[in-house]
Amino acid sequence: MKYWIGAALVLIVAVALALAPVNEYFFFAGYVVLTAVVLATAWNILGGYAGYVNFGTPAFFGIGAYTGVLLFKWMAAPLALQIAAGAFMGGLLGFGVGMLTLRLRGIFFAIATVAVVFIMETLMTNWRYVGGATGLQVLRPPVMVPFETYTRMLFVVMAMMAIAAVSLARYIQVSWVGRGLRAIRDSEEAAECSGVPTLKLKLFACVVSGGLMAAAGAPMPMYLSFIEPASTFNLSYTVSALGSAIIGGMSHWIGPIIGAILLGALQQIVTVTISGEVNVLVIGVLLVLFVVLAPEGILGLFKRWARTSSK
Amino acid sequence: MGQNVLEVKALSKHFGGFTALSEVSLALAPGERFGLIGPNGSGKTTLINCVSGSLLNDSGAIVFNGEDISRLPAYQRTRRGIARSFQIPRPFKDMSVLENLMVPLQYVGHLKEADAREQARAIAAQMGLSDKAEVLSSRLSQVELRKLELARAMAARPKLLISDEAMAGLSGSEVDEVLAILFKLNETGITIIMIEHIMQAVMRFSQRVVCLDAGKIICEGTPQSIVQNPEVQKAYLGA
Repeated sequence: MKYWIGAALVLIVAVALALAPVNEYFFFAGYVVLTAVVLATAWNILGGYAGYVNFGTPAFFGIGAYTGVLLFKWMAAPLALQIAAGAFMGGLLGFGVGMLTLRLRGIFFAIATVAVVFIMETLMTNWRYVGGATGLQVLRPPVMVPFETYTRMLFVVMAMMAIAAVSLARYIQVSWVGRGLRAIRDSEEAAECSGVPTLKLKLFACVVSGGLMAAAGAPMPMYLSFIEPASTFNLSYTVSALGSAIIGGMSHWIGPIIGAILLGALQQIVTVTISGEVNVLVIGVLLVLFVVLAPEGILGLFKRWARTSSK
Repeated sequence: MGQNVLEVKALSKHFGGFTALSEVSLALAPGERFGLIGPNGSGKTTLINCVSGSLLNDSGAIVFNGEDISRLPAYQRTRRGIARSFQIPRPFKDMSVLENLMVPLQYVGHLKEADAREQARAIAAQMGLSDKAEVLSSRLSQVELRKLELARAMAARPKLLISDEAMAGLSGSEVDEVLAILFKLNETGITIIMIEHIMQAVMRFSQRVVCLDAGKIICEGTPQSIVQNPEVQKAYLGA
């Protein structure tokens, strides 16, 4: 109950901000941070709970973006349909990739997911209808009332998606599904011998995770008014999704949120004050520090602090 | 009655050119206490991996309660009533003891969260793990881990329990403790296969013992007859 009140509050604040006379840049940056929240949360369902490290975030994000732009160009589909179709395609890709790769364990699975990114990028680069290598300019449709600008509306849309993604991740975490996924992470063989249908459960996680990532990608062309393969399938999405989860903490749904907000905000600040190139360095350094000093992320640090202070 | 719980028919398993099991046949009556012995590398663990579904056999058949289960995935076999413990304990280390037990309770017994927790408590108590119920399983001692392995297998409510070296590395009194648990489980009607290196334990526990060597059954009989069998002595001590 407390969770839902919190979620409702977040949504109300997001809508209120979008209607208030706040600097436009806030929404421009806020959208990126919220996208990072969705991606990190989605990544954590397979990577954090089940322990299957997925480097394919851009493939899922990209299939969502391209599904969105394709539907828009083809039939001027409304944003909601773009997102729904994107999520569906992402889930489908998750199913396909999962069927092919989830029998592989550990590093082999991770490598296979990287390959999916390159395959998707190559496909889109060679598809003229969606702009090929040069990309495609997108003319935004008129903004819907009550929002003043399209970016403000997208900000609210992404806030809603973030809440949906987190709610789903939270449900999975506390339900029997989450317990099964954690059993897989700790020992796949023992899980199977405890009655856990490991392949089915991993597929489920992969489909949900992929669908959410693609949903987050679907509004991207509208946000940028543009789409092209190199930046859409950029491996920096992998680093940020995985980095946010690791830095925030993978054991709880709140970890990726903390990580994504922290990293996303930090990157925005660094991009504005120093340069866009430095922000990659920032993630890199932070990741190294956390993996070495606090492998359980900020959540782990917090738990340790709570334990020592209660003694 | 009369029907065997488990029938292993002419089971063979190869790893590349190496024959781990060749034409092994076994039959277990309901409620039987069955000992499986053999020197290292004789195929004991391969055999039970095939029975539990962690490995698929190359030829032959595994029949459980009249049904051929040779091609079923492991979780389906667990749901039909075959549970096992692992030689090297494989706890779900990021979960508490209770949560470890809740996995099979939820996935095999399809219990709701609260019911599963309650049942898990009961099983933990039965196994003498009550005071560790909320402890992370990665913090357990060796004997507690062995008990957890058995407890988790028990939580799947098996008809056949395979105990793979549940006593390796335990002290004398700890062996007695685990043996007592297994006897108690057997009294409730569960068929038990015990794989063990500690001869004394197998001999005390089993009604019937089979000795494997190089993937073949070299002899079968009562514990007394097995230890006196020259082939067994040869397999263990060398010619």
